[in-house]
Amino acid sequence: MEKKTVLYDKHVAANGKMVPFAGYILPVQYEQGVIAEHMAVRNGVGMFDVSHMGEIMCKGPDALKNVNHLMTNSYDGMYDGQARYTTMCNEHGGTVDDFIVYRIHEDEFMLVPNAANKDKDYKWILEHQIGDVTFTDVSEKYAQIAVQGPKAKDVILKMVDPEMIPKKYYSANFNAKVAGIDCILSRTGYTGELGYEIYLPVEHAEEMWDAFLENGKEEGLIPCGLGARDTLRMEAAMPLYGHEMTDDISPLETGLDFCVKMDKEEFVGKEAMEKNPSTKTRMGLKITGRGIAREHMDVYIGDEKVGQTTSGSHFPFMGGAYAMAILDKKHAEVGTEVEVEIRGKRVTAEIMPLPIYDRKKR
Amino acid sequence: MSTPTELKFSKSHEWVKEEGDVMVIGLTDFAQSELGDLVFVNLPEEGDEVEAGEAFGDVESVKAVSDVFSPVSGEVCEINEDLLDNPAAINEDAYGAWLIKVKNVTDTEELMDAAEYDKFCESEK
Repeated sequence: MEKKTVLYDKHVAANGKMVPFAGYILPVQYEQGVIAEHMAVRNGVGMFDVSHMGEIMCKGPDALKNVNHLMTNSYDGMYDGQARYTTMCNEHGGTVDDFIVYRIHEDEFMLVPNAANKDKDYKWILEHQIGDVTFTDVSEKYAQIAVQGPKAKDVILKMVDPEMIPKKYYSANFNAKVAGIDCILSRTGYTGELGYEIYLPVEHAEEMWDAFLENGKEEGLIPCGLGARDTLRMEAAMPLYGHEMTDDISPLETGLDFCVKMDKEEFVGKEAMEKNPSTKTRMGLKITGRGIAREHMDVYIGDEKVGQTTSGSHFPFMGGAYAMAILDKKHAEVGTEVEVEIRGKRVTAEIMPLPIYDRKKR
Repeated sequence: MSTPTELKFSKSHEWVKEEGDVMVIGLTDFAQSELGDLVFVNLPEEGDEVEAGEAFGDVESVKAVSDVFSPVSGEVCEINEDLLDNPAAINEDAYGAWLIKVKNVTDTEELMDAAEYDKFCESEK
């Protein structure tokens, strides 16, 4: 039985096309459609209900020790409010989930897992925690709204004291007040554009949603669904659990080396990763033949299978079919021509670097 | 948009128009609305055989691939090449954007008329 987020009525009122996702009923798109919503975020500003995501608090004298033990990234040397992306791995070096972890204080952290994995993650964390720490799942208390796009700042400046906006990307103000509502204001996002993610008590979610709709009218702010969320993150080469990483795919195989700190003394999965250095990496594919590559399609050079796609679609901003693929390192050179098997047919493609869309290069 | 009364309709949301001995086949307005923005179309080639009730191609939206089923058995005598570069034409004008034409028709599925199809769509919502 799927759950509803606190913003469900808003989506239905806006004629959202509701679909089941990660145990919730959410809009895959609204009336304008995926492509229009995608372009709104690339050129203006769009808003997403991401309340299905989880929030797990970590507090105690051993809080830092725990995040360093559980996560592959290092949480040393951070300032209050700073965030770091990470994977959480199992003993074989495969991925349990990816997270954003915020340092609130040196003895308090907020972990943000994927909606689809939050119950599994919480159980895992409780089984692997060490020392003097308390982990609390507060997902039910928080709603989350993401506002993304080059015009996101123009909109939010009408709703918040500029001093409250975090100064740096990947940091948050845990004591912000937006539209008069106490919230956590984070400069993060899953679209490849500038923007914010706002964590707030569920009781105020509808009020915040309406405040953004009202204040964003001038900038053309529209609500955007899961469809656009997926195409946006794919264009920006952002990984999605279940695609770019799974229980069997290590972050080192999928180009997430930057969040795996092998010089840490220990973390769950480190030994396995040391024993099995990665022979694979993640690259982009531009589909040059006729077809749209999607996930889990085999990639060939001649008769040799050299990898598999992890995600792919028609990319609205790029205007064509592209994919991400995990390929054998020795065949992963940019410019190499390969073939992707799309529902039984081999279609040509060219290896390109990631990200496929880079807002700095527009 | 009102459902054109000169057409017949399949349960899988294709429309059929008789042009003499040739059957013209397309996707209905209900179908295009359910599918969303179409970004790709896979059509058979002229000369290919199609069979009533079986998929002859597919259309792709950003999110998904959907088979298109032939309401008739026969031989493909023409495909709408415009759709290869402009799949969105189906969204813009579903009853104008035909997909294939079929000749030497040997078998036809049971089809609905416009009124029956409208009722059928209501029940699918």
